[in-house]
Amino acid sequence: MSLILGIDTATDVRAGLARDGEVVASGAVRDRRAHAEQLMPLVRRLLADAGVTMAELTGIVVGVGPGPFTGLRVGVASALTLGEALGIDVHGVCSLDAIATAWTLNHRGQVLRFTADPPAEFAVVADARRKEVYWARYDGSGTRVDGPFVTTPDQVPDLPLAGPGAHLTGREPSGPTELDAGLMAAHLGHLADAGLEPLYLRRPDAEVPKTVKSTLLQARIAMMTADTTEGR
Amino acid sequence: MSTGVDVGDGPLVLGIESSCDETGVGIVRGNRLLANEVASSVEQHVRFGGVVPEVASRAHLEALIPTLRRACEAADVDLAEVDAIAVTAGPGLMGALVVGLAAAKALAVALDKPLYGVNHLVGHVAVDLLEHGPLPADCAALLVSGGHTSLLRVGDITGDITELGATIDDAAGEAYDKVARLLGLSYPGGPVIDRLAAEGDPTAIRFPRGLTAGKDLVKHRFDYSFSGLKTSVSRWVETRRLEGKDVPVADVAASFQEAVADVLTAKALDACEYLGADTILLGGGVAANSRLRGLLEERATAAGVTLRRPRPGLCTDNGAMIAVLGAAVVTAGRAPSSLEIGADSGMPVTTVVA
Ligand SMILES: [Zn+2]
Repeated sequence: MSLILGIDTATDVRAGLARDGEVVASGAVRDRRAHAEQLMPLVRRLLADAGVTMAELTGIVVGVGPGPFTGLRVGVASALTLGEALGIDVHGVCSLDAIATAWTLNHRGQVLRFTADPPAEFAVVADARRKEVYWARYDGSGTRVDGPFVTTPDQVPDLPLAGPGAHLTGREPSGPTELDAGLMAAHLGHLADAGLEPLYLRRPDAEVPKTVKSTLLQARIAMMTADTTEGR
Repeated sequence: MSTGVDVGDGPLVLGIESSCDETGVGIVRGNRLLANEVASSVEQHVRFGGVVPEVASRAHLEALIPTLRRACEAADVDLAEVDAIAVTAGPGLMGALVVGLAAAKALAVALDKPLYGVNHLVGHVAVDLLEHGPLPADCAALLVSGGHTSLLRVGDITGDITELGATIDDAAGEAYDKVARLLGLSYPGGPVIDRLAAEGDPTAIRFPRGLTAGKDLVKHRFDYSFSGLKTSVSRWVETRRLEGKDVPVADVAASFQEAVADVLTAKALDACEYLGADTILLGGGVAANSRLRGLLEERATAAGVTLRRPRPGLCTDNGAMIAVLGAAVVTAGRAPSSLEIGADSGMPVTTVVA
């Protein structure tokens, strides 16, 4: 018997529950700026509604992005700590994979909730802010064949699209646009292990200071450069 | 226990700190320290000359579980035994705070224990409970670090704190970092300037004491300002270089440090007089600074005021200070935080529990 908790904070706040591969509960708080506030209340609510206790969980699956870093870390930190406190395994999966798998497996599986059939090839897109998107390419079985990348929206290949950032390409998505954390938990066995470090894809913004800023007149800077270098 | 203060009682509290560049997990039983594990990302910030928030946040997530495990091992405590979870809710770097907050909430839910989101600055005061026991009513506290420079009145550590003054620009620790950089010294600036200053003459150069002029004292009696001091040091050094002379680094360091320590301690003692306080507590990372400590001791003694200072290892950011503040709050019977609290990067010191 398995009872898996699914958590994803790559976009907004999502949690779900699956027992033996069947979705028991799935919920979301559609707020992209309240991950730290809303995630654990949502998890507690889902468990209470499903009538299960924390102690009954057998595993946790967490979406490790890509996505905005601060929100992403809330999900990963929460999942890791829950796993530690409950003594159960924590699995990290790519959040884009979870959306791809929902599209392809759902077509064959239980709940047909997407109108379009999964195409032979498609891309899943998420908002990376700063006028960029995260995306990856999938085959018809939902297996990732390329990516994830962070690029401008115009570099996303001309394929059918899914994912919460699909609209940023200016094209209409034909697959699921939201991650369902209940399905993610149900599909755990089909999802590739992505490790437990967030998929950052970008380096931290930080610059190594090159020179000491002058507080004297600009005209003097040239004169003192040699001195300053020597003094250091 | 037959004699003395009974330190064996009190709630078993786990505290998590992640407001800046240290990931801390501490465990206390009442006022007794059981574990204080800290992982610092300071080395990753050295080449940037200051804390880079995104670098710090990534490091928190990496260090989180190993630090938590080490704390439980050191305290010989099983997570299930813990009575309450305390965590820094603010102030601090947003992206860094939420890592600790998320972990604390997960622990609270997994273990079904109350959550206390507490104030980091008050934690710097509370940590002295581990060293010197309960605080007298209405004492003054001077908190000095890379992130804060505050003068507080502490009526009750669990709920009655006011800010008498704070820096209006740079924190004292930041001024140390900036002066270190312009002298070509390494980051963080505090320890290296302190070391160099020991070889220099603190009276060699008269650097300005911010907000101590008559008119400033009216409006900013207990406030600090260090940006003018930093500019003054910079100008002095540049002028010297333009004149083709060597920069007497030790004298500059000593004179700069003297200016910082002078103004910090003068206003702290003024605050004691204003409050009628007979105790001043010195906390924060810069509390380890030898001149600040020495001058404050000297002036406090002259004024008949007792100086309390936790050992240096507890002055820098850590989880034990959050845990012991949590324990004090639990003992006082104050209500826990909602599971929906967020991190508050600008949390006022008057808010002890979010
Ligand atoms: Zn601090």
